[in-house]
Formats: sequence, structure tokens, C-alpha cells
Amino acid sequence: MPVPFLKKFRLLFASLFFLLLIISFLDFRYVIPETWFTVIHYIQFAPSFLKFMETPALVATGFIVVIALTVFTGRSYCSFLCPLGIYQDIMSRIGGKYKRKFSRFSFSTPYTILRYSILAVTLIVMLSGSIFLVSLLDPYSIFGRFMTYFFEPVIIVVNNLLAKIFALFHNYAVFRVDIIKIPLVIYILPVIFLSLIGYLSFTRGRLYCNTVCPVGTLLGLLSKVSIFRISINHASCTHCGRCAANCKASCIDFIKEDVDVSRCVTCFNCLEVCPDNAISYGLPHNIFKPVTIDEIDNGKRRFIAGSVVAIASATGLIKAQNQSPAVKGAPVPTRESTVKENRTYAVCPPGGVSLGHFNDYCTACSLCVNVCPENVIVPSFREYGLSGIMQPRMDYHKSFCNYECTRCTDVCPTGALLPLTLEAKKLTQIGKVHFIKDNCIVQTEKTECGACSEHCPTKAVYMVPFEGNLVIPETNDKICIGCGACEYACPTVPFKAIFVDGNSVHQDAEKPKIEELNVKELKEFPF
Amino acid sequence: MKRRDFLRKSVSAGLVAGAAYSVGGYDKLWAAGVPQAFPDLVAIKGGEPDSMFDKGMSALGGMTNFVKRGQIVVIKPNMAWDRTPEMGANTNPVLVKRIVEHCLKAGAKRVYVFDNSTHNRVKAYKNSGIEKAAKSAGATLVPGDAESYYQEVSVPGGISLKTTKVHELLFESDVFINVPVLKHHSSTKMTCSLKNLMGAVWDRKWWHSNDLHQCIADFGLFEKKPALNIVDCYNVMMRNGPQGVSVADVVNMKAQIISTDMVAADSAASRMLGMEPAQIDHIPIADQMGVGVMDLTKIEIKRISM
Repeated sequence: MPVPFLKKFRLLFASLFFLLLIISFLDFRYVIPETWFTVIHYIQFAPSFLKFMETPALVATGFIVVIALTVFTGRSYCSFLCPLGIYQDIMSRIGGKYKRKFSRFSFSTPYTILRYSILAVTLIVMLSGSIFLVSLLDPYSIFGRFMTYFFEPVIIVVNNLLAKIFALFHNYAVFRVDIIKIPLVIYILPVIFLSLIGYLSFTRGRLYCNTVCPVGTLLGLLSKVSIFRISINHASCTHCGRCAANCKASCIDFIKEDVDVSRCVTCFNCLEVCPDNAISYGLPHNIFKPVTIDEIDNGKRRFIAGSVVAIASATGLIKAQNQSPAVKGAPVPTRESTVKENRTYAVCPPGGVSLGHFNDYCTACSLCVNVCPENVIVPSFREYGLSGIMQPRMDYHKSFCNYECTRCTDVCPTGALLPLTLEAKKLTQIGKVHFIKDNCIVQTEKTECGACSEHCPTKAVYMVPFEGNLVIPETNDKICIGCGACEYACPTVPFKAIFVDGNSVHQDAEKPKIEELNVKELKEFPF
Repeated sequence: MKRRDFLRKSVSAGLVAGAAYSVGGYDKLWAAGVPQAFPDLVAIKGGEPDSMFDKGMSALGGMTNFVKRGQIVVIKPNMAWDRTPEMGANTNPVLVKRIVEHCLKAGAKRVYVFDNSTHNRVKAYKNSGIEKAAKSAGATLVPGDAESYYQEVSVPGGISLKTTKVHELLFESDVFINVPVLKHHSSTKMTCSLKNLMGAVWDRKWWHSNDLHQCIADFGLFEKKPALNIVDCYNVMMRNGPQGVSVADVVNMKAQIISTDMVAADSAASRMLGMEPAQIDHIPIADQMGVGVMDLTKIEIKRISM
């Protein structure tokens, strides 16, 4: 392959793929069909691996493709497919505008112990049953959270401004969308993460990828045996150092004419800058040359360790700042409800099988939060315990699950939510309804309400005669699917008069019984 | 021009241009140009939604009695639910389409259609079939699912409901047409003209916790009253309302009620569900508050069988 082609191909491919990923995360009008998400998000390493562990099926083979790609071509995933990697390249490129080109990067020794420790700890924690560190460090999930909790709301603000302008011209093709109200820390945490990683790449290129990212480290190990790799032709190399100065992975030691393939992300920048055509991508010239590890820069290592500590303490902070679930802005009834809802389990989205299953496979990438047209899926705090932080749950104070929708189950890239047909979803009980009569408007105010029954799609909540002309809710949890429409609709505050308690293991609901009506047609006007 | 100024101007323009419709009651509406010969309520049965509407409107002297050339019309059907037309949860799309056609034929400058959907707005607009039908007739579908579309207004004379947030389209339009679908309703036993207006406001959760029936009746006093109430009784949901569990809840009644009086329309409609108007609390309350007439013997009804 001609040399300039490789880098241009990467730029083109990565830009398009990155754009595609971004668009899929910005679909706040919910126009992208579910199957497209499956295709677009197919090849993300960590989610796909988990999905395969859950169900070894064709849709979950993305990580195998990545492994094969790595064995053949090196860490192409990191440059071509990883959204966080592409983001870092963009930041690094911007950083390059502010730095003198030739002293931009230089070879540095890898933080070998640190990066393998992070990978080992992540794997050990995962094998011991907690996916927490994978969620925290998986580049795809980090990117997903940023897009969902920060970038999409920003785009919606812009959209809403546009919608106002459009409306002045009687055009409603652009319409206003309400921004989901989530606690400030949920906005801020992904921003901190991305800013930190962005700053690192701005100044230091792919330092995060080659030190912290467990996916990068794992693929780095694999790429040590990669067939195609960057190598330096000793005969033509003049040791000008341009390659090293342009290597954002800091993996080219031009003095020794050596490339650390475990850190090389096959960006092909070196190919383009080499004036002597001494660098090639292909079968290695020096495949058997032993890799030497020089002294390790402790200062850098301390910096990275400091970052990790900062990240860890930030997560601790979130737990401490866990907020009350009261909804702001909604008009309140005259009298406050008094009986606290007695919840045993959080409700995880349909397709989650059980809380155990869901918590084991979810990396909190937040794609389900993003694609949910009802905005009922929200990131959790301590509802699943600290290790489940940011894993999505159903918040029925904010919205309710659409009876006719299976989007979250269709798009989940990790297998935490398994696909459900619409028929199956309509009979999957993710929680059970509980009625608290002493909170109910009909009981306390002696006025009509029935909002819960109105919203119930199966009539698991139905109205029975009460005092005088009034009717009051009654529930049948056999046909309840736990969609939360009743809880959402219930106007009482601070406690709801009707709520859904999560099922720790999702159950099968019974089908609503259908009886024939006596009336068949209108014979005469009854007035 | 600022949005707020724009709205204010629209409101005042609307009030001046459509004074007869917006500030008067149904009786003043008659005085504004419609000869007394027309009935207060027209009930049609045995046809299709569109042909029944044609018949009904000719009994009321045609749409030109309600929509003048150059006016802006807003139609408020019930398209609150992510349900298909045969479920009877939303207003029949064929009817909405024909109403739009009548308005445009009468010279309306623009026809808007909107609802504050209970289910997901995009899905409800689409699966109700109304979006496609109304657009094909030339109407503009306006979203109602973001709070910023709603303006706080006062409800003069309201007992429980003093203020509420109303969709801005009501202020931007000269003629307001209410097109409910008749259904059983778990909260209020029945939903029809008065109850359908809960889809024109934002803060209905507050209504639910502050004497729902009184709030529904109170909103009947809001200055922007429907010039026409067209009750779709084609597919009538007899139980499990307002969204229905299956098509077995629906009776194909093939009927329609058209009236300028919301209370009269609802009073007649309640009988179709096999109830007495007084059983639905907001009907007698609205009657007493002067929103309209509940006693059907006091109004002139024209019954048409097709």
C-alpha cells in the first residue's frame, strides 16, 4: 500500500465512524431504527465481550473481530474504532497546533507495572463478580456516558433555540424537547473524566490509552504478536527523529530504531513524516529483536496514580452527595402524603432478567438511557450499591416505560439487557404495583383522581366504588408488568400513593382477561 | 420581535379578530352572525366519520359560520395515546382530516393540530394516524410535549383552578375546535369535550390532586372557548378507558355529536356510554357555573340517521 494512503484512510474512516457513533448518541428524536444501533455499536470491545459471555451469538462477536484485527494489524481498534481513542486523537491534534511540531512528542518508556496492574485488578475484580472497574475504565462506556449526560443535553439546548426560531415561521419540523433533569454530579462526572483524558491527550497524546485503559493494555499484549506492524528500516533511517516527534503514543525509539508495538495504535503518522521512507507498515524486519525495558519515569507514574486517586475519590464524592428523589418544578397538591413508599429493590429495565444478571453485565455505557424515548431510564447512585453506580435503573418519578416499546432491550451492547419481542416484553414483570391508600387523593381529599388507573396499560390498577360517587384504585399484581405508569401519574408528594417495587428476578405476568361486551352497536340515540 | 411580544400581539390580535368566538359564550356566537334557525346540537349516526361530519356541518350552516377567511384555526383532537385507530383511544384520523379540509375550504389561513399526549408524543401522533391524515389535508402538526410551549394564564371565575399553563397555540389562533373521542375513563368515568381540554394544558397533575372534576369544569370558563365541539363516537371505548386493553373494549357505534356547547355535547355523549350526565361530576358542575347547558330538553337537537 502506498504510504500516504494509510494515514488518509485512517483519518477518513475514523472521522466517519466517530461521526456515526456521535449521531447514534444524539438521536433525541428517536428516528434511528433499533437494528442500526446493533450494527453501529457491534464492534466495541468490552461491551461485545460481555455480551458474548452472556450469549455466545453472532451479534456478540464484535470483540472476536477486534482480536483478529489486532493479531493481524496491531491496535487498529484504538485508532479506527474506539470512540475515546478517536476523541483523543482529535484533542491531540488540537494540542499540536499550540506546540512546536518537532518537539511535540518523544519516546518514553512504558508504565509497564502500572498498566498491567490496572488490567490485572480490573480482570480480578470482574472475575470476582463486580463489573465496576470495567464500567469505570472501558473507553466506550466513558464516551457513552459523556455523550448521554453532557453532550446530548447541550445539543438539545441548541435544538430548542432553533425550534423557537422555526416556530416564529410556523414551522414545527424542529421541535422543542425537554432536557432530562438529572443530578448535577451526573452531568459533571463524565465531563471530569473526558476533560482529564482530553487534557492528557492534548499534552501527552495517547498516554491514557497506554497506561490506564484496560482495553488498550489488553490489545497491546495481543499486538505483540501482530503480523502487520510498524517497523524501521535500519539501512535507510537517518535518525532525524521526526517519527518519534510525531508519535502520539510515544512508542518510537528512533535512536534504537525500535517501535514498542504494544503501545503503537497504528495511526500511521510516522509513515507520513518520515523523509527517508525508512518506516514501513507490514511484516516486520526485526521481528525477533528482543524488547528492552528502560528505566521507568517515576514522576509520570505518580501523576497517573494521582489521576486514578482523583477519579476514585470523585466516585466516593458522588455516593456522599446522593440526593433525595423529590421532583422539582412539578406543581404540588395542597396536602402532603405521609406514608413512605417501602421499596425493597430498584427496578432494572426489561430484558435485564434479574438484578444480579443486570449488574453483572452492565458497563453503564448509558446507550439505553440515551435511546429510551420516555426518558424513564436514569443512571443510579446507590440503588444497586456502590459497585453498580451509574448503572441504569427505571425512575418512575420521572417517567414510565412505554408499553409498545423494546428499544433498550434491542440496543444494549453488553447483553445486560437481552432482546425481548414486544409480546414478551408486554408479559415481563419487572416490578409489582403497591397501593398506599392513606396517601391516595381519593382517600385524603375525598375528590376524584384515578390518574394511576388511567395510565395503566393492562388495567392491573382499576377503580372500584368508594364513598358516594367516588371511585378508588385497587390493584391486581398478577397482570401488572411494573411499567410504572401508575407511579408516574400519581400526583401525591412527597410519597406516591402507588408505586412499583422492583422484582429482584423478573417474572412472567399473566395476560389481562378479555371479556365480550354486551353492547354491539348503537340502535337509537339515547337522548 | 421577542417571543413574548410576539405572543402578546398574537393574543390581542386574536382577541380582536375573533372576538365573537373567543370572548363570547355559545349564545353570543349565534348572535355574531349565525341565524337562529340552526340547532344547538347535531347528532349523526350510521355513516363514516367524514360523511357524518359533512351532514352535521350542513345542518349547522357549514364551516363558514365558524371559520372566516384568513383566520387561523387550531384543532385539538385526542391523540394522547400510542394506540391505533381501531382501539378508539384517539380521535378518528378520517374525521380530523375532514375537519381540516372544511376549515381550509372556508378560507382558513392556517390550520394547526396538537395535543399534550399522555404517551410519547411522536409515537402517539404517528400511531393514532392523525399526523399523516391531518398533514395530507394541509394542516400543521404542532408538538405539545415540552413545557416551554405552555403559557401561564388565569382562569377567571375558576373555583379550584385559578391559573393553569395553556398551549401557546390557543393564543395564536382565532378559532379553537375541540375534537374529543368519546371514551370510558377510569378517573372521570367518561372523557369527552370538557375532559379533552386537559390535553391543551401542561400542569394536569395538579388538576388531579386539587379536585379534578372542579378543575375540568373551571377550565370551561377559560376565555378561549371551543367554537365547535365535534365528538367522535365512531369507535367508542366502553370500558378500560382511557387507553383500552384490547379492541374488545370498543363498540363500533358509527355516530358523531357536534355542538357549540361543551356541556350539552358531553351530556348527550354520556348517554351513549349508558350513563346519566349527572353521574359525571364535572358535567353538572360546569352546568351550574354557566359553562353550558346539561339539560338536553332545554336545547334544540337535530338527529340525523344515515
